[in-house]
Amino acid sequence: MTPALTRFGMAVAASFALSGAMLTLPATATAKTYRVADQGDALSMDPHSLNESLQLSFTGNIYEPLVARDKKLGLVPGLATKWTQTSPTTWRFELRKGVQFHDGTPFTADDVLFSYERAKGEGSDIKTYVGSIKEIRKLGDYEVEMVTTAPFPILPDVVSLWYMMSKKWCEANNATRPVDKRKGVENAASFRANGTGPFRLKSRDPGVRTVLVRNLNYWDKIDSNVDDVVFTPIGNDATRVAALISGEIDMMQPVPVQDVAKLRQNANLTILQGPELRTIFLGMDQSRDELLFSNVKGKNPFKDKRVRQAFYQAIDIEAIKTRIMRGAATPTALMIAPGIKGFVPELNKRLPYDPAASKKLLTDAGYANGFEVKMNCPNDRYVNDGEICQAVAGMLARVGVKVNLEAESKATYFPKILSRNTSFYLLGWTPGTYDSHNPLFALMATPGAGGQGQFNLGSYSNPKLDELTAKISSETDQAKRNAMIAEAFKIHQDDVGHLPLHQQALAWGMRKNVELVQLPDNFNPFKYAVLK
Amino acid sequence: MPAAMRRFFDSDLYFSFRTNPVAVGATLVAVIMILGAAFAPWVAPHEPFDLASLNLNDSLLPPAWSADGRLSYVLGTDDQGRDVFSTILYGSRISLLVGVASVAFAIVLGVGLGLLSGYVGGRLDALIMRVADVQLSFPAILIALLIDGAARAALPRDTNTDLLAIVVLIGSIGLANWVQYARTVRGSTLVEKSKEYVQAARVIGVPPWKIMVRHVLPNVMGPVLVIATINIATAIITEATLSFLGVGVPPTSPSLGTMINNGNNFLYSGEWWLVVFPGAALVLLCMSVNLLGDWLRDALNPKLS
Repeated sequence: MTPALTRFGMAVAASFALSGAMLTLPATATAKTYRVADQGDALSMDPHSLNESLQLSFTGNIYEPLVARDKKLGLVPGLATKWTQTSPTTWRFELRKGVQFHDGTPFTADDVLFSYERAKGEGSDIKTYVGSIKEIRKLGDYEVEMVTTAPFPILPDVVSLWYMMSKKWCEANNATRPVDKRKGVENAASFRANGTGPFRLKSRDPGVRTVLVRNLNYWDKIDSNVDDVVFTPIGNDATRVAALISGEIDMMQPVPVQDVAKLRQNANLTILQGPELRTIFLGMDQSRDELLFSNVKGKNPFKDKRVRQAFYQAIDIEAIKTRIMRGAATPTALMIAPGIKGFVPELNKRLPYDPAASKKLLTDAGYANGFEVKMNCPNDRYVNDGEICQAVAGMLARVGVKVNLEAESKATYFPKILSRNTSFYLLGWTPGTYDSHNPLFALMATPGAGGQGQFNLGSYSNPKLDELTAKISSETDQAKRNAMIAEAFKIHQDDVGHLPLHQQALAWGMRKNVELVQLPDNFNPFKYAVLK
Repeated sequence: MPAAMRRFFDSDLYFSFRTNPVAVGATLVAVIMILGAAFAPWVAPHEPFDLASLNLNDSLLPPAWSADGRLSYVLGTDDQGRDVFSTILYGSRISLLVGVASVAFAIVLGVGLGLLSGYVGGRLDALIMRVADVQLSFPAILIALLIDGAARAALPRDTNTDLLAIVVLIGSIGLANWVQYARTVRGSTLVEKSKEYVQAARVIGVPPWKIMVRHVLPNVMGPVLVIATINIATAIITEATLSFLGVGVPPTSPSLGTMINNGNNFLYSGEWWLVVFPGAALVLLCMSVNLLGDWLRDALNPKLS
């Protein structure tokens, strides 16, 4: 055949192939692809590697906890069908029978024991969820008993973000230890996954795209009619908005606050806005004798409460709210949002914005001419995080403190600050248990071996708060418990342990044909997504 | 008038310049922008890099001629309350500094290696040119990203980040661009090497380094100057790209690239002045330098005149 003829032959063959494809189309046309974009990516596919909302929300589509949450964040049976407290420190969990991991292995008590060891072991970032458990005993293939170190009435709330992994799969793939980005530890669980959840991982290209497909063997009915989910991180705000407008993606978040008004007018789009349980705050290194990144040598200015308070009062939170967040934020004086169990409205009063007072505090503390400190900040994690840090740097400059701002992607930011390689940082926190004990335990308690203070990255420490936190965890009387929570928050507030800023508002953008459930913890379970 | 200056004004080059309106216009624009950048502290109405002078309540004001605009902020303000006009002046300082310094660095490196390679020849020539080949196969941005990442990881943590960022930018853009100069100079050196004046110098016993620097170098610099003018524009754009990608200068002291990156976030919300003015400044700056380079290339090309 001459080349021209070959080409002709190929064209004919192709057109036959095409018509063939068309004939079979009705069968495949129902395949619904749901395309989601976020400003960042899950850092790995390992559910124990990072205690961060996006990470847990994303891996939560693949992996599941024993105790799950429903659309109102209430507790519902997950991989455990029933749990009862048999004594103040023991809990019995009955496991769901007939559940299979994506590779077909049945889920049993051995996997729970394994997941416990993995989640509390070296490299785990979710120790805080299993830290109160002393041991887990296997009572049968489908029954386990958990023993807590002290009476712990909120155990079922706390374990809802601790996902189960397959013992067999992890051992076969050398993934018995969690992926630890801080130490550069990667393993099979970074790129592959084998859970029990409603979706299974099809392909993973970090930072580019991750594809999930519906789990046809799922033990429960899936609300969603989606067959596969394509998740793409798009860091640039304008690009993400453009992708949504052009229909390249079906859903994205966060909608940049500056674009909410414009996008609301677009007939093809829906914008879902709601309050988020996340509190954005600043933290300061209060434990080292000399800051890692400052021109003050031989002492640590942040150990002085006056300096911390000076920082607090130098921040014009109203300007951040109206100018940077365009109103989509609620300034806060507490480390928790209204809606978290134990919230104390009376304490939610910020110290006034007062640069003069701030200047005076700095002078009293011996820093009349201010000082220099480096600030670490993510620029793709929270709403306008980089801009907030810039604004704070500007406000601090006005009281004489020179802030050297290092704003970077969360992929490099989190490993840095989680290894406490920082002097001054910005973080956001949603209590994974929707209870005040969680921030007290994870953010404010003195860092310790049991997972306490794991995210208290500046190592703020007050023994009284530690004592109260321990008591709160085992107190069953609600009134007493709330009083102790209030007392603990008061101590933290009086110490200016952290500088709370605000609760950001959630803003999700999606095409008109998408139906979603917006959870106030900013989790986005794909099993609720319905495409019309 | 000193003799050297008179010689310059009488030269063919100056005549060609004087009679070429594009070249004169481009020079005018470039000189105004360079002067504006150099004397930014005196010219600019605000000090955008002084964080203490920023007022968040003045953020996102439109240009002065709009309804909500204010005369004190001629081209409006950005999301942190920086005056856009002043920031452009200060930002071009960084852009120009990085552009000129990185080209100078690339010239020193590229011309040196090219001269050595062409004059000495043999194995050294092969080695240098193979390294150049390998480097040519990587895009300049990638090399710059690599060097930037490595430098940040290797340097001690108290290093002044602003200064470091600029030095790293200059170094990485320079390193990414030396190959062009080396190639050009090597080619011309090979031609010059066999000419009589070089052979004469060799015969009377002039040491090789002296022949290279005193005799060959002045005769191969013409094309280098042409590439350099064009490369300054490229380097400014590379800096803008790197800053746009977030590895350049810190957000508190934005260069033109950082400003454009930031303004890009507001494209859909109507704050057009955040991206249009710094974008226009970058285009003007690069175009004027580029046009100058074009003119210089034509003027120095004997085949055209």
